[in-house]
Amino acid sequence: MEPHQDDRDPGLQPERTRLAWRRTTLAGTVATVLAVKAALNGGPDAPSIAVAALCCGLWLGFLAVAHRRIRVLAEAGEPTTLTPRHASTAVLCTVALAACAVALVL
Amino acid sequence: MGKVLRVIEFRRNIRLWFAPERIKEDGSTPDYRFSLANERTFLAWLRTSLALIGGGFAVDQFLPDLRWAWRAGLALGLLGAGVLCALRAVNHWVRCEQAMRRGEDLPVSRFPALLSIGVAIVALAMVVVVLFGWEG
Repeated sequence: MEPHQDDRDPGLQPERTRLAWRRTTLAGTVATVLAVKAALNGGPDAPSIAVAALCCGLWLGFLAVAHRRIRVLAEAGEPTTLTPRHASTAVLCTVALAACAVALVL
Repeated sequence: MGKVLRVIEFRRNIRLWFAPERIKEDGSTPDYRFSLANERTFLAWLRTSLALIGGGFAVDQFLPDLRWAWRAGLALGLLGAGVLCALRAVNHWVRCEQAMRRGEDLPVSRFPALLSIGVAIVALAMVVVVLFGWEG
């Protein structure tokens, strides 16, 4: 769909922000893959499967936030500001992933 | 005195993380492009944080010959830096958004300098460990 030429931002700010979300999702995917690999390294017993599942869940949570934001940014017209709730959710997923990592290291 | 004020400010910011409507209470909505630039900065910090967490996993996994204390210390250092980075990302984002709404100067921070020093220390520790630490 071609947006209206008049209200198109010549700096492509919404597009750049959308791509920034995509990059961040990719970085999160890499961290999650490393987490699942670390969890299942010592053989698939119940606790390690639980940690791996938790990491996948956190990744899905982050994906949901990113997906919603990307859809808002893809709409025509002035995009709305990121809400603090979405920002905090993304950060909470990241921090919880780090907590899983600490549990795996110790 | 300045320290107390900063603690109070920090606690107010934490409440703002979870109460989106309150950020709209003061000032006026800035140009949406400034908000988007702020959002991209937030995402860049979040990527930095994810990279540090990934580095923590990597140290734990790909240096299996290392003594446990060294391995755990390096991994926990990277993971701690990642957590700090993520929390600071959302806090700085909220502060910038508020400053823009009120038309104030953007907040300055010594966090980037501290993070660089922390990463440099971890990197030096890795060099020392790789050169001398294998046998323990």
